[in-house]
Amino acid sequence: MGQIEWAMWANEQALAAGLILLTGGVVGVAGQFRGWQFAAYAVAAGAFVCLLEYPRSKRAKGTSVARTGQYCFTVCVKAFGPLTRNYYVRAFLHAAICVPGGFMLATVLGCVCLGIASLIYLAAAIRGEHWEPILPKKETRKPVAQSIKNPPQNPPPRPPAELRRKQAKDLEAAAYDNPMPVTLDE
Amino acid sequence: MGNFIANEGLSIFVILVWLGINAYLFVEFYMRFLVERWFYTRVLLGHALPWARAPAACLNFNCLLILLPVCRNLLSFLRGSIQCCSRTAARQLDRNITFHKLVAYMIAFHTAVHIVAHLFNFEYFMDAQLNRNGSLLTFVLSEIGNGDNASFLNPIRSNETNPTIVMFTTIAGLTGVAITLALILIITSSMEVIRRSYFEVFWYTHHLFVIFFIGLVFHGFGRIVRGQTNDSLKTNKPDLCADNFEDWGKAGSNCSVPVFAGNPPMTWKYVVAPMFLYLCERLVRFYRSHQKVVITKVVMHPSKTLELQMKRKGFHMEVGQYVFIQCPSVSRLEWHPFTLTSAPEEDYFSAHIRIVGDWTQALYEACGGDRNEPQEAWKLPKMAIDGPFGTASEDVFRYEVVMLVGAGIGVTPFASILKSVWYKRIQNNQEVFTKKIYFYWLCPETQAFEWFADLLQSLEGQMAEREVTDFLSYNIYLTRWKDTEAAHFRVHHEAENDPITGLKQKTLYGKPNWDNEFTNIASKHPGTKVGVFLCGPPQLGKSLEKQCLSHSEDDVKFIFNKENF
Repeated sequence: MGQIEWAMWANEQALAAGLILLTGGVVGVAGQFRGWQFAAYAVAAGAFVCLLEYPRSKRAKGTSVARTGQYCFTVCVKAFGPLTRNYYVRAFLHAAICVPGGFMLATVLGCVCLGIASLIYLAAAIRGEHWEPILPKKETRKPVAQSIKNPPQNPPPRPPAELRRKQAKDLEAAAYDNPMPVTLDE
Repeated sequence: MGNFIANEGLSIFVILVWLGINAYLFVEFYMRFLVERWFYTRVLLGHALPWARAPAACLNFNCLLILLPVCRNLLSFLRGSIQCCSRTAARQLDRNITFHKLVAYMIAFHTAVHIVAHLFNFEYFMDAQLNRNGSLLTFVLSEIGNGDNASFLNPIRSNETNPTIVMFTTIAGLTGVAITLALILIITSSMEVIRRSYFEVFWYTHHLFVIFFIGLVFHGFGRIVRGQTNDSLKTNKPDLCADNFEDWGKAGSNCSVPVFAGNPPMTWKYVVAPMFLYLCERLVRFYRSHQKVVITKVVMHPSKTLELQMKRKGFHMEVGQYVFIQCPSVSRLEWHPFTLTSAPEEDYFSAHIRIVGDWTQALYEACGGDRNEPQEAWKLPKMAIDGPFGTASEDVFRYEVVMLVGAGIGVTPFASILKSVWYKRIQNNQEVFTKKIYFYWLCPETQAFEWFADLLQSLEGQMAEREVTDFLSYNIYLTRWKDTEAAHFRVHHEAENDPITGLKQKTLYGKPNWDNEFTNIASKHPGTKVGVFLCGPPQLGKSLEKQCLSHSEDDVKFIFNKENF
């Protein structure tokens, strides 16, 4: 399992946990359960976790698959700089968020799932992973080479006429070494 | 439209039947909890009770189904038996993983409904214990069974607890939490992103299903859902006695105190057979893995592809089948699927393995790939093979005209087919049903051509020798190239042999114009069924499927077959 970026799985788990926490909170509030205040907290916490976890990180190796419409979320999450980049912060944040969920039955499942996500994030952080935003690549225009401004003064060198006549029939023999060095403009 | 039915009809039928059974079970078990026996339970719980029991029944059914599509030895056996009767039915079995995923989604859905309903149930049970007022029916019902602890209705027996504690102290609650956690971990690690990149995480986490099934079987053992016993119904009829609950059991009243008991656990009846079948499946895999497999040749191809040629006693394959390969010295638990690239007519079987991940890299090193000198035969690692398993490619020879499309490494099943074609037609001069093969290979880079070029070159040579030039028509498309390479191609455009493959057939650049190809083939072969076989990315599959549907008219029918792992 050497190649795995644990953060990818932690991200899926945390997103799922956020949704479960949110659903549990909604049920707790809608059903007016005892301890509905914890449920109300869970709704807010679940929504926050979902928003934080929705944008996928750019993978260190390989192609990253962005979630649909994650660009705005990426920009928001990126704005927090090191707080969201570092996975230690995320691990402890999730661990802290999940605790109040354990006080009410409706949110217990979300709490445990988020706890597991927090552990996987801790593993990711220990392995040195961090969050990178997936941003669309900026188009870089190739700088115009200097030589384009000075067109050549002389026609290109040509072999003598008798060699040129044979070109159409025999490609291999018609090939010749160019006496002037040719370089590619990059 | 007709071809859509031919291609998809059976799948749609199977899905509709499955959804129908789910709907039927849901409604049926919902209604079962609206009868008299559950009257007093519903006084406490309202409609949350049937809302929890109905998805439970559906869960039983779906958990029965989920193990079946992954018993690949059983499916392979079934496929072989059905093949003689109906090709369509046999193809249906190739979509086993899709069905497995659908059933998994349904399990997740029903689990969610079940849990939400039970959250309400716990809350209502707790309410009944907390509102300790003797003039409330709910409280009176909760007090029943305090003496003997057997005839109670409310599983929460005191008011000095809370639902969370109750959940962790009942069998149903504990197993419920455990199996839901297992289910969530299985689902998050099975997301496509994780599965495609880190197969090991997916595979190991998926084994949590063992915990899932054990927990599932024990989930009902606490008999926590309780209804009135039949004897009790004779002495306490709910419609008559519910209103005068304060007089139950008192002299002069014809209502005695009701007695409750739980339903016996039902889930084991549903899942024991599939669990047994799956156990047999794993035993078959284990047995096969201990049969001796010998590596006869290891070839390292330039495009980071390792070719292993192996032999096993009694191994028999058909074209385009695949095997699962295990190398105990690399990993004791991992089995990875690879298509066989050899033909059945050869005396060995081979697989071309691309080196992309941990396991393949370790296998490459174990076979001495990173060392330059040839390896001694006894130094090569021990291997285990499970299979071969059938896929759609077996059907190639049942069509008169065939289109084979492979993208990149997806060409491997077709390597097997082309080799077999060569052996059958040219060496043994057997009559084959297939009269014409159109082969398309789409490749993003030139390096990948190397190991396949050999095969195509020898085919080309053989066909030219025997002047059998119109049997196989192949087209190779280079879909990506660098500017520097493009210059080279242009200069050598007129050369006799293709600059990349060295074949007489020129490489084409860019993506094929499928519309043109299909139209050409349709016009050349009126009145036939053309089999279209693809091994490649899903987007290509979608566009080919569309082409098949749109070009199947009148007499020419394009039947689309897709390989997937």
